[in-house]
Amino acid sequence: MNPEPFSPLTRRAFLGRGAQGVGTVALASLMSGRDLRAAPARGVIHPLPLPQRAKRVIWLTMAGGPSQLETFDPKPKLAAMHGQPMPESLTKGQQLAQLQGQQLVCHAPQFKFRKFGRGQVEISELFPHIGSVVDDICLIRSMTTDAINHDPAHMFMNTGSQIAGRPSMGAWINYGLGSEAEDLPGFVVMISTGPGRSPQPVAARQWSSGFLPSRFQGVQLHGRGDAVHYLGNPAGIGRGQQEADIRAINILNRQHEALVGDPEIATRIAQYEMAFRMQASVPELTDLRGESAATLEMYGCIPGDGSFAANCLLARRLAERGVRFIQLYHRDWDHHSQLVEELPLRARETDRASAALIKDLKQRGMLDDTLVVWSGEFGRTPMAQANKGSTGRDHHNKAMSMWLAGAGIRRGQVYGSTDDLGYAAMENPCTVHDLHATMLHQLGIRHDAFSVKFQGLDARLTGVEGANVIDGILG
Amino acid sequence: MPARRLFPFLLLPGVLAAASVAGEVPEKIEFNRDVRPILSDKCFLCHGPDAGTRKAKLRLDVREDALARGAFVPGKPAESELLLRIASKESDEVMPPPETHKTIDARERSVLERWIAQGATYQRHWAYEPPLKAAVPPNANGVDVLVARRLEHLGLKPSPEADRRTLIRRLHSDLTGLPPAPEDVAAFERDGAPDAYARLVERVLQSPHYGERMAIGWLDVVRYADTIGYHSDNPRNVWPYRDWVVRSFNANKRFDRFTLEQIAGDLLPDADRESRVGSAFNRLLLSTEEGGAQPKDYESRMLTDRVRAVGAAWLGQTTGCAQCHDHKFDPFTQRDFYSLGAFFADVKEAAVGRREDGMLVLDAEQERRLAALDAAVEEARRKVQATSAETAVAQTEWERGFAEGVTVLPELKADANAPAANVRTARAVAAALNKSSAERGPKERLAVRDYFLANVETKHRPVREILAVAEKERRAYHDTLPKCLVTESSPKRREVRILARGNWMDETGEVVRAALPHYLPGPDFAGKEPTRLDLARWLVSRENPLTARTVVNRLWKQFFGTGLSRVADDLGAQGEPPPNPALLDWLACEFMDRGWDVRHIVRTIVLSATYRQTSEATPEQLARDPYNREHARQSRFRVEAELVRDTALAISGLLVPAIGGPSVKPYQPDHYWENLNFPPRTYDTDSGAAQHRRGLYVWWQRTFLHPSLLAFDAPSREECTADRNRSNLPQQALVLLNDPTYVEAARVFAARILTEGGVESAGRIRYAWRRALQRDPRAEEVRVAEELLVSQGAFYRADPKAAAALISTGQSPVPAGLDPVELAGWTHVARVLLNLHESITRS
Repeated sequence: MNPEPFSPLTRRAFLGRGAQGVGTVALASLMSGRDLRAAPARGVIHPLPLPQRAKRVIWLTMAGGPSQLETFDPKPKLAAMHGQPMPESLTKGQQLAQLQGQQLVCHAPQFKFRKFGRGQVEISELFPHIGSVVDDICLIRSMTTDAINHDPAHMFMNTGSQIAGRPSMGAWINYGLGSEAEDLPGFVVMISTGPGRSPQPVAARQWSSGFLPSRFQGVQLHGRGDAVHYLGNPAGIGRGQQEADIRAINILNRQHEALVGDPEIATRIAQYEMAFRMQASVPELTDLRGESAATLEMYGCIPGDGSFAANCLLARRLAERGVRFIQLYHRDWDHHSQLVEELPLRARETDRASAALIKDLKQRGMLDDTLVVWSGEFGRTPMAQANKGSTGRDHHNKAMSMWLAGAGIRRGQVYGSTDDLGYAAMENPCTVHDLHATMLHQLGIRHDAFSVKFQGLDARLTGVEGANVIDGILG
Repeated sequence: MPARRLFPFLLLPGVLAAASVAGEVPEKIEFNRDVRPILSDKCFLCHGPDAGTRKAKLRLDVREDALARGAFVPGKPAESELLLRIASKESDEVMPPPETHKTIDARERSVLERWIAQGATYQRHWAYEPPLKAAVPPNANGVDVLVARRLEHLGLKPSPEADRRTLIRRLHSDLTGLPPAPEDVAAFERDGAPDAYARLVERVLQSPHYGERMAIGWLDVVRYADTIGYHSDNPRNVWPYRDWVVRSFNANKRFDRFTLEQIAGDLLPDADRESRVGSAFNRLLLSTEEGGAQPKDYESRMLTDRVRAVGAAWLGQTTGCAQCHDHKFDPFTQRDFYSLGAFFADVKEAAVGRREDGMLVLDAEQERRLAALDAAVEEARRKVQATSAETAVAQTEWERGFAEGVTVLPELKADANAPAANVRTARAVAAALNKSSAERGPKERLAVRDYFLANVETKHRPVREILAVAEKERRAYHDTLPKCLVTESSPKRREVRILARGNWMDETGEVVRAALPHYLPGPDFAGKEPTRLDLARWLVSRENPLTARTVVNRLWKQFFGTGLSRVADDLGAQGEPPPNPALLDWLACEFMDRGWDVRHIVRTIVLSATYRQTSEATPEQLARDPYNREHARQSRFRVEAELVRDTALAISGLLVPAIGGPSVKPYQPDHYWENLNFPPRTYDTDSGAAQHRRGLYVWWQRTFLHPSLLAFDAPSREECTADRNRSNLPQQALVLLNDPTYVEAARVFAARILTEGGVESAGRIRYAWRRALQRDPRAEEVRVAEELLVSQGAFYRADPKAAAALISTGQSPVPAGLDPVELAGWTHVARVLLNLHESITRS
């Protein structure tokens, strides 16, 4: 099931050549109508080796690393140990970030936990809305990661590697499955703007196509200015003028093609048609005027404010239009200090909208085939960090909490646990590779058979060290 | 997999080579060409060089070992375990095992069978053997001789020479990245002399834009960028290195010297400023300023980054996997990896934090001015010193007054209304004055002195003020001067140890010294630990079989679209044995024989008949050699991202053709940098000449590269890139249609058409076509342009405001004396031309 290797001429270019007899006009509409990037609508994996439970993924990235101890992993024992030294048996040899070489002291969970749902799952009181959908989600309390600084940790979470240049998961999935979106990219990224304190930088590397063809890279949808770069016409050029120019360009390109027979020209023609359609389809996508007051209220957003909540609503609209991988970033979870002051604000910005997304997808019958993931890039220490002002927590890679929902993920489940102090995953520890393997599994892809030759290796999203589908969370 | 049936040749890049024989099993099996690719891809993962994961103690990459384990019986396929296991239907016997998801198809099995039948001989991997130079008749171009030999063998015929216009366009694109002027095209078309083309080649090779064009590919492989890469992705000073690369190509610096300066420009016996700027190569890696980043962690990342860079840029070896374990396919071991890294253990480089400003890189004028400012400071300082004895006496007297209670610091008087900061300073001074001068610490002594000079002593204050002003001026000027991170060698070398599984926290691994990869021939350093200079000398030594091949292979790619070995960053077992190994070897040898003369190789290639062929393919060629691996024709491809920009600017006349200088910031969408932090940044769009520079000078922000460059596949340069994607995306259409750079280019081009193209629309259209495409328009093209003029013209006559808006896009002044409505209409014609596939394609 290895996808075919790349070739200097692209596959779609060859399609163009092969279909020449059909006529380039027909060809152009055939190709561009199916997929934004004139890729084959179908991915390289065909037929799928596994039943496809998820048709698309919405990944909610809480950049900075939310504290599991104030969100989803209650630790009464840690509260009891508050102020006491962390047992050295736990911390010895552990890599730490800003606490390296500091005294390590237990720091009690700073917010109360409440029980939610049929299973009486304990979740921080800061997240009542997520609590209200707990029967639809699966909480993993035993996630771990390899990296401990933001940048490498994001790279690892997004690409399965800490070395730049690997494709991100959205690119892999579009490569494997193709896209069902008409007039939209198959991989869309949205980063919310907010009043945050010290938002994490993110890098375009996190949605890069790496060594895969560029058409699989994530396209950032912006909250301000043109939603997609250069989407708007230049000043003094209306849609009619634009159309006339594109028509002229395509006529001349077609004449040129008839003379030289270069299959890339057919693709070029299709791309101009697609670009023109995108100029209409993207504004239609981002125009929330058709959404009901009840929907806006459920998400808690003001259309066009670029907030995480508005992006959650846009995510649903993208999902409806067949976009394969949708990734949202909220950038303000790096609470080395001021945990008590900051965390409630960030919870307020995300809790309601995250839950609304689940409810909205469910009421539209889309939760059954949409996989929703909520995760940071790492967890935080049960130890206090007090060297940066009022107390917070340092980066931590031995334990983090996250949740998944939809697309055959078991509902209302808590999976895995950490030790009494919340220091390390204990029961059912999971790795980022396992998470990727599970996601691919739900999409109908065998992770160990999904590879591309790169620098001599069969490179996989799930790496070379081995990964296991987390069977225990599948419904 | 239906896709496979549709496009069978897409799946077999290794045998595409012999496109005509795809699917056939050669009569005489060659291990390197036919067998190694199969064994490497299907077997070496468990039966290859990495002992750590070897199964059943069997290795198939070494004949003796394979024989010892009874893998096959030479000459007797039927008795060979290897074939029996491949053919087995038992899931616990069959090879490769089902869980690897790898299969050996019927053709591959036949190859192995015939190979064993013919004696199962091995060859050393082709790229580790010294290149052999095929004999070529005197006065013949080796490229043509060796391509022809291969075509004859395959039964393919070369294509006719391209027309003159195509030739000059191709040559300009490949050697300068800029379109030729219409006058030059016309002159070349008229030039009937037999050496017309050769003279053209010489002229273009001497263009100062040659170095710019050649630099692009090199900057990709060394991952040159203006920012550090990780997390905050802050700026760093390296652009003088970019100019050094341009200059080196323009001066045709020998490639061996080019190499020495980059890896060891600080250690050369004749090290100078130039060679030190070259040594910035060692500083081009990714670095971090992230809080909580552990030095040991990043020290390890930097070591691996450097090893990968040398592997990619010079050796054509993929080394990255050996960070954690021995290479699975090539003989490159984990020890090789860390030993190669140890060559760089002396390079001064903070593991974490802000990079230093770097070495000053001044031109003569800057040198002179800085020296003058230094002299002024020195002069002022001397004058201050001349007053110091007198001032010291005055201070002692003043202090005595304080001790005797005569003097009180005014800030501390009860009725003083001094600012809080001044009061704090005065208190500290008073506390120091309460001690005897012998009791005071150095800081206290300084505080007292500073206070005295600032507040008490007035007689010599003007002299001191002159000094302060001189120092300030010098500092301000110094801040504006070009600086470059360069390599400095530290006698305190970092300890390098083999990190088990690449884990930097594991300190149990063996400490290693610098050493060359064990499987390649190299000098004996007689027990002495070799230096970076030794490494650099070895890289460009005759002994090393890889560097010359790697470099000429990449050069070939620039002139034909694909390397002679397709995988430009991997000449190892998993790369592609070149379909025409004799040609690659001949070029590599010629390169070394001619003293690593880059321009000689470039000239040899572009003068060849092979290069001059038409790129229009016949159906037969497309069927038999769809990827043009045999060069029975030329290739067509869209030009690199930077050149897409350069072409539009050049055609419009906006291009500022200056060479070198600080990176520039052309128009970029607002808020594009809003997700950068520590600190947040705004993008300060350049104005004036800096706005219209060539693409290679655009500010290279690794985490957020300029979106127009990104859309055309410019790499972020976080890692070394030998092969750029060459995609064809709707975003490219949006860039060419709507990016203000291209809209401005269109309206400035339109003004040029109106002022230089005569007064009749037919003449103007002809002028426009000649300038943009270097040819006359065809009748149907004229019709399309005229129709567009009519429809767009009607729109702007009805809406002159729209015309005014369009023709004021960008910073260029709106030309006086042109009718805005007419200019707007012609802007559309110009815009259409700049958007054509033909405009951005080299053919």
